[in-house]
Amino acid sequence: MKVLVPVKRVLDYNLKVKVKGDQSGVDLSNLKMSMNPFCEIAVEEAVRLKEKGVVTEIVAVSIGPEQAQETIRTALAMGADRGILVKVDGDVEPLAVAKILTGIVKAESPQLVLLGKQAIDDDSNQTGQMLAALLGWPQGTFAFKLELGADKAIVTREVDGGLQTVDLQLPAIVTTDLRLNEPRYASLPNIMKAKKKPIDVKAASDFGVDTTPRLKVLKVTEPPKRQGGVKLKTVAELVDKLKNEAGVL
Amino acid sequence: MAVLVVAAHDNASVKESTAKVVAAAQKIGGEIDVLVAGEGASGAAAAAGKIAGVRKVLLAESGPLAKQLAEAMEALIVPLAANYDAILFAADTTGKNVAPRIAAKLDVAQVTSMIEVLGPKTFVRPIYAGNALTTVESSDPKIVATVQPTAFKAAGEGGSAAVENISADAGALKAQFVKEEIAKSDRPELAGAKRVVSGGRAMGSAEEFQKVIEPLADKLGAAVGASRAAVDAGYAPNDYQVGQTGKVVAPELYIAIGISGAIQHLAGMKDSKVIVAINKDEEAPIFQVADYGLVGDYKTLVPELMAELEKAGV
Repeated sequence: MKVLVPVKRVLDYNLKVKVKGDQSGVDLSNLKMSMNPFCEIAVEEAVRLKEKGVVTEIVAVSIGPEQAQETIRTALAMGADRGILVKVDGDVEPLAVAKILTGIVKAESPQLVLLGKQAIDDDSNQTGQMLAALLGWPQGTFAFKLELGADKAIVTREVDGGLQTVDLQLPAIVTTDLRLNEPRYASLPNIMKAKKKPIDVKAASDFGVDTTPRLKVLKVTEPPKRQGGVKLKTVAELVDKLKNEAGVL
Repeated sequence: MAVLVVAAHDNASVKESTAKVVAAAQKIGGEIDVLVAGEGASGAAAAAGKIAGVRKVLLAESGPLAKQLAEAMEALIVPLAANYDAILFAADTTGKNVAPRIAAKLDVAQVTSMIEVLGPKTFVRPIYAGNALTTVESSDPKIVATVQPTAFKAAGEGGSAAVENISADAGALKAQFVKEEIAKSDRPELAGAKRVVSGGRAMGSAEEFQKVIEPLADKLGAAVGASRAAVDAGYAPNDYQVGQTGKVVAPELYIAIGISGAIQHLAGMKDSKVIVAINKDEEAPIFQVADYGLVGDYKTLVPELMAELEKAGV
């Protein structure tokens, strides 16, 4: 079974976000970029399925600037077999990403597309669901557990209040949540090996997709700062303040 | 101009978030209809009709809609879209699952977790875990969006909208509901709770989390929350998670115990009215947002707090 894993290059998880002075966006210049953590979980899951012998080939796709190639290399070092880079400069909205991925799915015919549930930059949480809609495939979002059979996927999903299990006819879309697995670190030999794995480079126009954003960003600002309060000495003081000053007890 | 609000409900009744999404719809403007998609959901439909400002309630019932499967919701909502300029969902796990599917079928961009309506097509939403806010204007003919319920004041009661039954035949679906494990609890639901007590990695184990956090929550009639670190470590289930990748809460009282205050956690609770932090590290970032802080070991402070609350008659 072939699996497609789209991966996104984002500002590294550990870095502090700075809004640009001219309110045009978030400052990314000279900052470390990494694979979106939820995409790492998707790659890890695909690699585990390959190690179990359920999956035969993993194709990692990234849509973004030239440097997104590094993100694909990370996926290749974790165990993906080959990569496809669709070069687009500037922001690409989830709908355009889903349209490009639709073109790739038609060319590659995977049985499963595994994606992160959201990217930690725009926090959209849309691409997997949109791709499922465009392909007319079933979807299992926010996966906590994934079991693959010959013609179906059983996905246990993180939902409000607990877990929900759905049975999907393959081909299907699955998006990953936090607890699905813990991604591995690529070993040095695997990083070296990944350099030799092939990456195809394409353009959005190869798929006939217009990536012009539909949502015009008018401004990006810092959220209002919350004022810190006081440190109290005793628990009694705290209860008194909650009761008599804040009035929340 | 007309707006369709897709109700968050449990068939018996609508969740409070539905009235908050209606409030967002009122800001967009126009007539507001509420869609209740479920099974045996006449109770929820009746409750939706009582929300002030609702023109009518559309009730669609079928087996697959009982759990609001995305595939069935798409088959139901896409044909209805012709009648509306905007379709809004609560930004809960159901709304997040369904809304992008509808948007893609309608070929429009989706707005995720809007926190403010500035105009019929202009919205504010958080990005980068709430570390930045972006104001966007849609150029699409229709709006499909999820609404962060905590950012809106619920529309009042007093409505008397009629309920109209609509057809819900989705045809053959490629997805099927198998089962659900929903934690049964007498505690309030985390997303809408008035009080929340959350524990962090400092708890050290699931047993300790239960021993420390849960009794305090029960004493206060509060919901239980957790930091991502505590969830990652397996001390608390994922649906307790407060933060960018979990739930966004805005209770009247939020008590953070042994939580350092990573940015991703703050994004999920910084709109709480009163924040209390208990942490032994006085440099912990949580103190920068807390109204009241106690520096010290939770192991002694939480039992003291229980005793003081008892004395105060809570």
